[in-house]
Amino acid sequence: MQTVLDQFLNFEIMAKALPLLMAGLLVSAELCAAVIPLGLVGGLLLALATLSKRRAIAWPSLVFVEIFRALPPLVLLIFVYSGLPFAGVRLTPFAAVVIAFMLNNSAYFAEVYRAGIQSIGRGQWEAARSTGLSQVQTLAWVVLPQAVRNVLPDLLSNTIEVVKLTSIASVVSLGELLYAAGMARSLTYNASPLVLAATIYLVLLWPLVRLVGRFQRRLAA
Amino acid sequence: MSPNRPMLEIVALEKRYGDNVVLRGVDLRVARGELVFVIGPSGSGKSTMLRCCNRLEEPTAGDVLLAGRNICTGSSRDLDRLRLEIGMVFQNFNLYPHMTVVGNVMLAQRKALKRPAAEAKAKSMEMLQLVGLAHKAEAWPAELSGGQQQRVAIARALALDPKVMLFDEPTSALDPELVGSVLKVMKDLKDAGMTMLVVSHEMGFAREAADRVVFMDGGVVVEEGSPDEIFGAPKAERTRAFLSRVSG
Ligand SMILES: Nc1ncnc2c1ncn2[C@@H]1O[C@H](COP(=O)(O)OP(=O)(O)OP(=O)(O)O)[C@@H](O)[C@H]1O
Ligand SMILES: [Mg+2]
Repeated sequence: MQTVLDQFLNFEIMAKALPLLMAGLLVSAELCAAVIPLGLVGGLLLALATLSKRRAIAWPSLVFVEIFRALPPLVLLIFVYSGLPFAGVRLTPFAAVVIAFMLNNSAYFAEVYRAGIQSIGRGQWEAARSTGLSQVQTLAWVVLPQAVRNVLPDLLSNTIEVVKLTSIASVVSLGELLYAAGMARSLTYNASPLVLAATIYLVLLWPLVRLVGRFQRRLAA
Repeated sequence: MSPNRPMLEIVALEKRYGDNVVLRGVDLRVARGELVFVIGPSGSGKSTMLRCCNRLEEPTAGDVLLAGRNICTGSSRDLDRLRLEIGMVFQNFNLYPHMTVVGNVMLAQRKALKRPAAEAKAKSMEMLQLVGLAHKAEAWPAELSGGQQQRVAIARALALDPKVMLFDEPTSALDPELVGSVLKVMKDLKDAGMTMLVVSHEMGFAREAADRVVFMDGGVVVEEGSPDEIFGAPKAERTRAFLSRVSG
């Protein structure tokens, strides 16, 4: 029993690994700060493109969404980081992660926005357009505020998935939280840094998961 | 514009959906300050005609002229500007549920008409006063009865100073006891000189407020005349059949 505790809950090792993990957490946070806004904005633009009346815009966007929702993000990341150099495109790990995430996230967020926009009845569009508001104004002031509110839980849980997914950046040696924990583990020959990393994820994400539940219940009510 | 030119002219208006011909050459004129009341069986094209008047539906052929200007030509910017002059009231109110009552009335004034906030607010309160709902300015649409929501929708359209108001069955979604409050607002509007094109089943209102009644069937105007003529002595067989059915 003692050896198990020593291997997994060794506080001394955790304390030693903490600075390393905090540096990793900072990288994770930077990653989130880049990929979440890109995904939210890219997804919105993509959703609008898929809903366009012009087929030349709607079709390619729909294909894009299908492809990048089907491709596993890990495969995408490894392709961007290790595959593109064969085409002469060499990216830093950070840039590779941002690009792979943007492709994947915007496809996922697009589906959420699309459902939200489609949940707003034609009457809202017609009321707004009949008062002289342009299509863009109608979208901005009438449709999107309601659409986003209707899919807020989905947007939020998608965002939580993105945060969790940043851990795959460790495969391209980007020094985020999981990568730092792995380093600490191999330096100390002890699993406690991994437990610490898992705990950090849990502490940060659990309140958000609760929040999603709250939103869902409120929308259902 | 000459003073006797109609405010709204519908000329040889046609609308098809694929093979389905919904409007087959509708001609209708609404003079300045006139209230024209449109009746007809379900599916006769009343809503479609009204929706062609602000191009929520694109006419297949024919023209709609507002104070002499053709609304069927011109860019989408032109259309947005023209729509400011054509108020529309829907059966289902279509208030914006995420905005307060005064927010609903202000939105297009601010964004489409570019009125300064203070001016738009003052105009909104004036319009809400007109429909008897100034005290509900800060309420949410969901807190209002259907009749109150519809009056807010009327205020929202009026706030843009339209030249003509289109009503598509404005009281059909209301509980019977709430119909009167909306009709009263419409009567006041008529008395204030508004040009109105009204699709409705409220024959009592037509007798009281309409200058002319138009009977539509099968995508054409079958007959038109004063309320007394149409309700008292309809000429066309189809009009008689329809009126005996609805007064049942
Ligand atoms: N978007 C559309 N696509 C295809 N057909 C349509 C469309 N809108 C209306 N129609 C058809 O046009 C015809 C006329 O419809 P419209 O709504 O104008 O009739 P209405 O006189 O307003 O009837 P009601 O009294 O039931 O409101 C109907 O047969 C309807 O099926
Ligand atoms: Mg109708």
